[in-house]
Amino acid sequence: MAKSNKPIVWSLFAGGGMLSAFVTPVLIFVTGLAVPLGLMSLDSLSYDRMLVLAQNPVGKIVLFAVIFLPLWHAAHRLLTTLHDVGLPKGRIAMTACYGAAALGSIAAAVVLLRI
Amino acid sequence: MTEQTLQVEILRYRPETDQDPAFQTYTVPYRDDWVVLDALNHIKDNIDRTLSYRWSCHMAVCGSCGMMINGEPKLSCHAFLRDYYPNKVRVEPLANFPIERDLVAVTDDFMEKLESVKPYVIPQQERAVDEGPHLQTPAQLNAFKQYTMCINCLLCYAACPQYGLTPDFVGPAALALAHRYNLDTRDAGREQRQEIAASNEGVWDCTFVGECSQACPKSVDPAAAIQQTKIASTIDWYKALLNPWGKR
Ligand code: SF4
Ligand code: FES
Repeated sequence: MAKSNKPIVWSLFAGGGMLSAFVTPVLIFVTGLAVPLGLMSLDSLSYDRMLVLAQNPVGKIVLFAVIFLPLWHAAHRLLTTLHDVGLPKGRIAMTACYGAAALGSIAAAVVLLRI
Repeated sequence: MTEQTLQVEILRYRPETDQDPAFQTYTVPYRDDWVVLDALNHIKDNIDRTLSYRWSCHMAVCGSCGMMINGEPKLSCHAFLRDYYPNKVRVEPLANFPIERDLVAVTDDFMEKLESVKPYVIPQQERAVDEGPHLQTPAQLNAFKQYTMCINCLLCYAACPQYGLTPDFVGPAALALAHRYNLDTRDAGREQRQEIAASNEGVWDCTFVGECSQACPKSVDPAAAIQQTKIASTIDWYKALLNPWGKR
């Protein structure tokens, strides 16, 4: 049988799943609840601070990871869910899901690199 | 006191006379220590000798009596009538398999897949009898023992929505058995099994629904075996990528 290339998408899916499970809820809490509700100082998400984060190489890597991995996770999950509801796992569905994740990843990388 | 009874609705299919499978209802005596298989045996012995189904051990060992009982894959020798009484019990052949006759499913697809993963120890070197037994520590045995408990009852295949959607999927029990031999310290056959287990039809079609492990009467946890195989196969893949000259 042909050697499968599925480990690529699966590892992105698994990595993204891990991040989505552990890091994304914290990010949602901080950006969506804690700061707006005043549990954390409004200043902690200020433009200047965020700019410094996005300019720092390590900050760029972290930001890229929390954007691109969950994107691939979502793409793969969506594709399997489409399959579950009866859509064949054809080229079109695959290109749409993984293509969107790839575009999102490239866009994130470009934006981060230009900051 | 009138005898307590229970209705059993059975999906019948006799290919020589029936166009399509259809339900037939039987009334059987109710006993609280009876399992569904006892009810089937009562029907076969006293009511309708034409009923076909598989069974052998009546003690959850042989794995031949798997059926859909009220829509759930179960061993009929392990499903007590008291859990359904006074309601009707509906009995159908295992889902996701073609019907051979009445409650007998055609399981050839699984048999081929099982064979394809080489579910036996493939030693590095043949060992002569006078070399004695191949010793294993309790810890080494523990690493794979749970996966040896499989009785090939196929409840996991009937439970797996992915097998239903993608019939080429190698499926839970066969992949769990591949994993069982891969983890065995006496075995050196992993590379051969990976041909199947890590192929497109192997572990990747699993979306970790986990129904197989829920359905398994022997706590084999095939879903865990599949996820572990995914991780190990992914590590293989990246290793091969980083070291293209190395052994595959
Ligand atoms: S893994 Fe469990 S459910 Fe599947 S065939 Fe083996 S014993 Fe049956
Ligand atoms: S009759 Fe053997 S497992 Fe049920």
